[in-house]
Amino acid sequence: MSLDRVMGEGYFTTTVDALTKWGRANSVWPMPMGLACCAIEMMAFAGPKYDAARFGSEVFRFSPRQSDVMIVAGWCTYKMSHAIRRVWDQMPDPKWCIAMGACASTGGMHRCYGVVQGVDNFLPVDYYISGCPPRPESIINAILKIQDKIKEQQSLKLDS
Amino acid sequence: MNIEIRDNLLQDIREFMGEDLLEMNLEYTHPLLRIKRDRLHDACRFLKNTLHFIYLNEIIGTDRFTSEDRFEVIYHLISLRNRQRLFLKVRVEEEYPVLPTVTDFWKSANWNEREVFDMFGIRFEGHPDLRRIFLPEDFKYYPLRKEFPLLGVPGSLEMPNTTPDHD
Repeated sequence: MSLDRVMGEGYFTTTVDALTKWGRANSVWPMPMGLACCAIEMMAFAGPKYDAARFGSEVFRFSPRQSDVMIVAGWCTYKMSHAIRRVWDQMPDPKWCIAMGACASTGGMHRCYGVVQGVDNFLPVDYYISGCPPRPESIINAILKIQDKIKEQQSLKLDS
Repeated sequence: MNIEIRDNLLQDIREFMGEDLLEMNLEYTHPLLRIKRDRLHDACRFLKNTLHFIYLNEIIGTDRFTSEDRFEVIYHLISLRNRQRLFLKVRVEEEYPVLPTVTDFWKSANWNEREVFDMFGIRFEGHPDLRRIFLPEDFKYYPLRKEFPLLGVPGSLEMPNTTPDHD
């Protein structure tokens, strides 16, 4: 007995895992952590010209509880690092992190005592964007890479 | 800038300070005066009350890294009436880095002096609230001194806890 006879036409079967991954990958809502000039390019990324809505990432959520990916845009001081980590801890799992620009990735030109030399010192960064500041296309690329990562990893864990 | 007004002002200052005016530099756009440390409070009162330098734009600290008179503090004053700027310099030695405050003449000196204290460790006697302004209060170093390493002292600034309690 085939499924068509049971359910009628217009149905197909899939796994819950694949469905979840499809849904997650196409609705990556960013948490904008704009710290410096990179944030301007991040706004351009969200604007109409680059149209992040094509990839399901147009909804910038200013509440960490509603967002999936944190874009750290700009240089981060030791003082700010505590606030960023606190926001990151409030984001619900699963979550991803993008270090945008040279400063967020490595400290960049801010090679001094007050700036954290790369946000990966206190955040699990998934994707680094190079550039100072990067073009909005680079952020789209990063979002697509994050989507690839979501599609590759297992979305559901069995209780063990 | 009116040269005549400037020269009159400088003449007044020269008469008031006498021997304590150590250096007068007119090579740059605005006059640069260096005075004795002991006369700073006196000179500021004269500049504000008599010559109408009512606006203190900024206070700058410098580390000259010399064996004597190591630090230099520069007061950037503006006279709105005469449209004249003036840089007033004082040198401080390393062993006793203390200057009289100028907050009683210019209220804006409050945060400026706190910043100089934060970065160079120069204390201002009589300041109403001399605390660090940028760095944490338990920070032990003065970062703009020349001997301070470029990337700071490892572990001196706290990093966030990366293993939260609920995990």
